[in-house]
Formats: sequence, C-alpha cells, structure tokens
Amino acid sequence: MLFGDKLLTVIFYASLAVFVLGTIYKVYGWFKAKVGAQAPDAAPGERMGAAFKGVVGMIFSKKLFTFLEALFLDVILGRRQFQVDKLRWIMHSMILWGFTLLVIFHAFGKLVNPWFVGEYYSTLNPFWVLRDVFAVMVFAGIILAIVRRVAKKSPRLSSSPMDIYAIIIVAVIMCSGVLYQAAQMTSYSLFVEMVEYWAGLDMYDDEEDVQAIEAFWVANYGLVSPNIEEPDPDMVEMGIDANDSYCASCHTASPKAFLSYGFAKMLSPMAGVLDGSRKALKYFHLLACFLGLAYLPFSKMFHLISTPISLIASRVMDENSLPENIATRQAMELDACVHCCTCSNTCSAMMASVTSGNKLVLPSEKMQSLKKLANGGELNADELEAVSYGVYMCTNCNRCTAVCPSGIILKDLWMSVRESLIQKQKAQPMVLTPLSFFRGYNRARIAPETYGAPAQKAQEAVAGKFEQLAAKDVSIDITQASSAKANPMFAYCFGCQTCTTVCPVVGGFENPEEELGLVPHQIMCSLAMGLEEMASGSKMIWDCLTCYQCQEHCPQKVPVADILYDLKNLAAARVLPEKQAESRKTK
Amino acid sequence: MNYALFLGCNIPARVPQYDQAARAVLNRLGVEVLDIPDFNCCGYPMRDTDSQAFLLSSARNLALAEQSGLDMMVLCKCCFGALKAASYALAQDSALKNEINALLEPEKLSYQGKVKVKHFFSVLQDSVGLDEVKKKVERPFQGLRIATHYGCHALRPSAVTEFDDPVNPSLFDKLVEATGAESVDWAEKTDCCGAPLMGANDELSLKITGKKLKGARKAGAHFLCAGCPYCQMQFDTVQASFIKSEPGKGPMASILYPQLLGLSMGIDAKDLGLDNNCLDISSIKLFLK
Repeated sequence: MLFGDKLLTVIFYASLAVFVLGTIYKVYGWFKAKVGAQAPDAAPGERMGAAFKGVVGMIFSKKLFTFLEALFLDVILGRRQFQVDKLRWIMHSMILWGFTLLVIFHAFGKLVNPWFVGEYYSTLNPFWVLRDVFAVMVFAGIILAIVRRVAKKSPRLSSSPMDIYAIIIVAVIMCSGVLYQAAQMTSYSLFVEMVEYWAGLDMYDDEEDVQAIEAFWVANYGLVSPNIEEPDPDMVEMGIDANDSYCASCHTASPKAFLSYGFAKMLSPMAGVLDGSRKALKYFHLLACFLGLAYLPFSKMFHLISTPISLIASRVMDENSLPENIATRQAMELDACVHCCTCSNTCSAMMASVTSGNKLVLPSEKMQSLKKLANGGELNADELEAVSYGVYMCTNCNRCTAVCPSGIILKDLWMSVRESLIQKQKAQPMVLTPLSFFRGYNRARIAPETYGAPAQKAQEAVAGKFEQLAAKDVSIDITQASSAKANPMFAYCFGCQTCTTVCPVVGGFENPEEELGLVPHQIMCSLAMGLEEMASGSKMIWDCLTCYQCQEHCPQKVPVADILYDLKNLAAARVLPEKQAESRKTK
Repeated sequence: MNYALFLGCNIPARVPQYDQAARAVLNRLGVEVLDIPDFNCCGYPMRDTDSQAFLLSSARNLALAEQSGLDMMVLCKCCFGALKAASYALAQDSALKNEINALLEPEKLSYQGKVKVKHFFSVLQDSVGLDEVKKKVERPFQGLRIATHYGCHALRPSAVTEFDDPVNPSLFDKLVEATGAESVDWAEKTDCCGAPLMGANDELSLKITGKKLKGARKAGAHFLCAGCPYCQMQFDTVQASFIKSEPGKGPMASILYPQLLGLSMGIDAKDLGLDNNCLDISSIKLFLK
C-alpha cells in the first residue's frame, strides 16, 4: 500500500481526484472564458478543436524546434526568470526542484526508486541523505521567498493572500516532514521495533547486543532512550561492531541526514512527547501534502501547469495564430500569472499609481481584477472604474511583456480588455489625451463603427456646465465667480488675441468658436472673470496640440498652454472616480 | 563624454530604429551612454489629466539620473519637453519639490535639481561639435533636399526648454547640412506634427499632419527629417495608414536624423534600422556620393 494505511490511501486518492477534476475544470475555463470584447464568439468545443489543430500544426512544422527550445530553456531552466532577477531565479529553482525531487524520490519513492536500486529502503543512502539535501533546497528557497517579501526593496512588490498561502502550505508540508523525521530518529519505540523486526534480535535473549546497539545509537544516531542517560563508552565501543552486523546493511548513519538529525538533537529533550505523537505527525505531514494536492488547481500553485504552457505558447504562437487560440491563450495567461510583480516594478506608468492611489495602474494588480472579469465574476462599480482607469493609464511601452517571467503577452491582454472597458464603462477623460495615441495608431484593429464612441462619450463628460455657452441667448452669471485653481498668470492677459492668432487648431477651422467653444484668448478672459468651470468645459482645451505657440508668442508671458493643462486637470477631476478625486484633494 | 540615455516608452516599443541609429552614430562620435533600466515614463501623456503624476514621473527619472552622476540625453522631444518642464517647475517651487520628493522617499530616491537634461541634437552641437560631426561624414549626400521638422516640445516654451531660437531655429538645419544635404526653407518648419491628438481627435490630428506634408512637398523636399518618435510615427506609420497621397505623388516619407547622419558616415543601412521604417526610404541612398 502506498502509504501503509488504508485511511491515508483513501484520502490520497480522494485528493488526487479533486486535483484531477479541478485541473479539468480550470483548463475547461480557458476554452470558455472571454477576455475582452474582441475575442471571437466560439463555443468551448470549437476552441478546443482550434487548439488541437494548432498543436498538431506545430508538431509538424519547424516550430517543433522552437517548442523544444522553449521547453528546455524557458520551462526547465527558467531562462526568462534568470534574465530578469537572478536572486529570484535561485529562490524559485530551489523550491521547484527541491520539491519536485522530493515528490519523485520521497513521496513516490516506493514506486520510482526500485527502478534505480532494485530494492529500495528509504533508510539507505543515497535516499537517506538526498531527502535532506532536497529539503534544505526547499527551505533555503522558502527563506529567500519570505525575506524577499518582508524586506521588499520596491513599494510595488505586494503580497496577496494567495502568495502567502502558497508559501505557508509549502512551509507546513516541509516543517511537518522534518519534524516527523526527527521524531523517528529520537524514538525509542521505533528503535525497539527496528531491533526486533529488521535486526531480528530479541530484547531479552540478545540483551547484550541490543544494549550495545542502543548505547551506540544514543551516542551517535540521536536516539533518546529511557534506559540510558549517559552512554557507557565501553558499550558504545562494542556497539560499533553490533551496529555493523545488525543495522548498517539497511540503515545509513542517522547524522548523514543532517537536517533531520540536527532537529532530532535539538528536540531530544522533548523526545518522549515526540515518540508519543509519531503517528499524529505522520498523519499531519501526509494530510498537509494531500490538502496541497487537492487545493493546487485552485491556488497560485496551479502555475505549475499554466505557466509552462504560457511560456511555450508565447514562443510558438504569433499574430497569425487562429483568433480562437489567441482567445484561449489569453484566458490561460490569467492563470499563468503568479503575481511576482516583476511587471509592476518595471511599469512605465508606475508613478500614476502613487498619485491616483489606484494600484490597478500596476500590471500585476490589474491581472487579479481581469481574472475575476474573465471568469464571469462581478466587479462592483468602484472596482470597474478603478480597473478601467488602470487599463487606460498605460503608455504601451511593452516592458511588462518583455520582462514577464511567465511569458505572458500582457500587451495583447491590455489591448483586448481596454477596448471592451472603454466601450462599456463610464467616460474616461484619458481617451482625449496622448495616452490614446496607441489606440489611434492601431485604429485598423478596432471595429470602425465603435472607434469614435469613447472619445465622444468623454467629450460630453468633460464639458461639464459648458452648455451655458452653447445657448447664445442665455446670459452668463459672473457674480458666482469660483476661486481660481489654475495658474493665476492669466491675469496678465490684456486681450491682444495673439494666442488665438498663432494657434494651429484655431487656424484649422472655418468657424473656430463654433467648433471649439472658446478660443484661447477667450479662455484667458473667462478666467479673468472667475468663470473657471466654464473655461474648463470648453472643447478647445482638449483639442490643444500643446505646441506652445500661444505661450511662446504671448507678449505678456502668460503661460497659455500650461493654463490649458491646468484646466484639463480640473475638467478630468470632475469625471474621476470619487475615491481618486478624494485622494487628490488630500495631497 | 558620458550620458544617461533616456529612451522613453515609444522608442523601444515602436521606433527601435531611432535607438539603434542614435547609438551607431554616437559610437562613431565617441559619446558613451549609460542605460538605466529603472527609468519610467517621462510623464508627458499623463500631464493632461494628472499633472502630479507627470511631475512625479519626471522627477523619478531625474532622481535616477542624478544618482548615476550623469546628465541625461533624451531622444524623444516630448520626453525632453516633459523632463525640462518638470525640472523647471521643481526649480521654481521648493515646496512642490519637497512634496514630490516625499512621494519618492519610499524608493529612497530624491531629486536635488543638479542633473542637466539635453536633447540628442544639443549633445551633437554643444558637446560633440558640428565640426567633429562633419569630420566623421565620409559619404556626404549630394542634391538631397531635406525638410527639417523641429518638434514643438523641444522648441517651446523656449524659456523652459532652452533648445534653440523658438521662432527662427537653426540647430537642426546645421546638423542636416553637416551631412551634405540641403535643408530647405519652409513655412511649417516649426509647426506641430499632429501626433498629440492622434487617437483623441483623429480628424484634426490628420489635418495638421496633412498640412505639414503638403508644405514640405511644396518646398521641394525629397524627405522630411525628424528627431522625435512621435513625429516620426505620425509621418511614417500614421501617414502610410491614414493619409492619402496627393494625386500622382507618393507619400512624403520621413527619415530619423541619426539614420540620415549614419548613412553619410558610411554606416550600413541595416545598422541604422532603415528597414524598420514603415514607408520605404531606401531611395535616399541614391543621393550618397
């Protein structure tokens, strides 16, 4: 029996079943989920068919070599991680390989190891020492992981509950394992069992040999015996030979398993308690492992499956891949993100997350919301607004994609999600700024009938109370002058209209006042009358090219273009999510 | 002669040939550059809706450059304008500087106002010297007529950018003439390329661009020449995708200045990323002596 116990075996198979079904459920989700509005309308079955076609196509093409290269360099050796952060690569490799080797040679040792050694005893080298070597690797990795999170150098490295859970479950499995092993080493009852069962000695008939072995084990192997406080050196001396003849053939010297032995020595004062709880410790260790297995598909550890696929997909797929497969890849990529925050640490727009107080500007944080969205989860209005803002506050520098250790094509994810969010969600003033250059540049990739809508919506939203200007017969109330928030330098304007004369935007229209609402000198004039809100509602400020001709040519040195920037900020603040507007006020 | 090279967002992602060509010519001219991978966006595109994000972004870059002990060389004119505007604003207002530095504090960064920000062109003129540039020109152009596009955010506001005479600039023309090409005189030389409104108001943006293209053609130029990725994308990819050429004529293509200079220095077109331009400009090589 795999775990020497019926109950444990049943729990193991139950956990395995949960793991398998969970994995199927998650993978099915990749074929079902839609990321963004542009994903093709294809049923999961069609997308699976497309994926199958893609994989077969890859196998019978030159891309097979790319696949093999990606498998070896990116998946097995972790090349992308190595390139970005050597320390993290060491941390990750230690945990990954230490744990994997433990699973193979320790957890499934009874199945695997006979292939190598014929008859397998976990108490014999090389397994006796290797188990501890692998465990030390994992522990070193876990310590590095914790230190990295606690002593974070960058304010953009954040830990989510999932990250902490992942570290905790690995730590619990490892610690319980070492503790169990230490308990075995100190255990007197186990010693008696071994002497009788394995050495074939009788506690009474072979008393002399047993005592010699006991003395030797107490002196050298970490055994804690109720009979011996201080082993007699003569007995220990005798024990050397007895150990050689009765024990050594199937039990390597305990200290070779240096980690567990160290713990055994440390915990020897508690040996009685440990001995009594040996079975409990074994159950605890195994149940922790089974829980980890069953929960794997639903935790961050699912990246064991999704990240290798993402790493390979990013290499073998390109823009010419079937749209169904791109949709599936994007859904899968959401699971491949391990929230390592490498992207956020290199994000060009990172500082906007500080000033807006919206952490969803950072790619690693956006991914968490997108996961929810793609799986059909509901985001509340605040979350939706925050994620729309975060997705648009992006300079499209593609650095997140370049550094992602999981090979996620983040830039394509943003492109997909951005379009659906700005179409469906509230007006976004950033649509009217150079942040839109990339969208204009990629206009051909966007449905022409919907292309103009977001800008239209934003124009209407930022116009504010500007309608009073549109109605020509309404007189403007100048007694309710607002306190000026824009640069007060407008006060030097004497109305020469030079700014308006040199403005290429004004020059581009037959009837500029109709098109733009207010032309530059009228904006300065409005400000002088305290009509700041009205000035900030004119279309002119958003059509400003920021070419600075007005400012350069103003005989009074009024910073006209800078004032238009101020007004745009004021207008945008009116439309901003409440929370962000609040965070601005408090600064 | 060492500089911290500031590339910004567009060059690595969409105009890598600007980076490639600039490094190739700087290498010939003996200028060494340091890459600071921690640099972020200059803040320019955020300025419309969040001026504090703009200031903080620029200040972080300035602080990083200051930490390296080098002055900054900027290739993009919008980045250049933003970095200059931020350093100007922070120099004027110490309360603002303290406020911004407080936001940089979690990263153990602080901006003291010591670093100088220079555009690539100014480095060529002031640090290298036009004579040195000319000395390295091995195959000057002959009969090539170039329309220089100065770029708004380098020229204006001149009190802030300190780049050149804002009304009658000459730096770029001199740099073009150093390659043997003729810099044509044209009315729209210092006008906007239209890029700032692309995506926000395409119609107006393309109208502004179209006017420039027509102007360059009217002045008899063979090619436009740019020193900014935004302007270049507008004249190159955007023109190719969205602007119909005048009847009977092809597009008015643009070449990046370091590509032009590099060709005249005898650097291979491949090493200048000429193929990365959207519009084919390989015919410019026919003008090389």
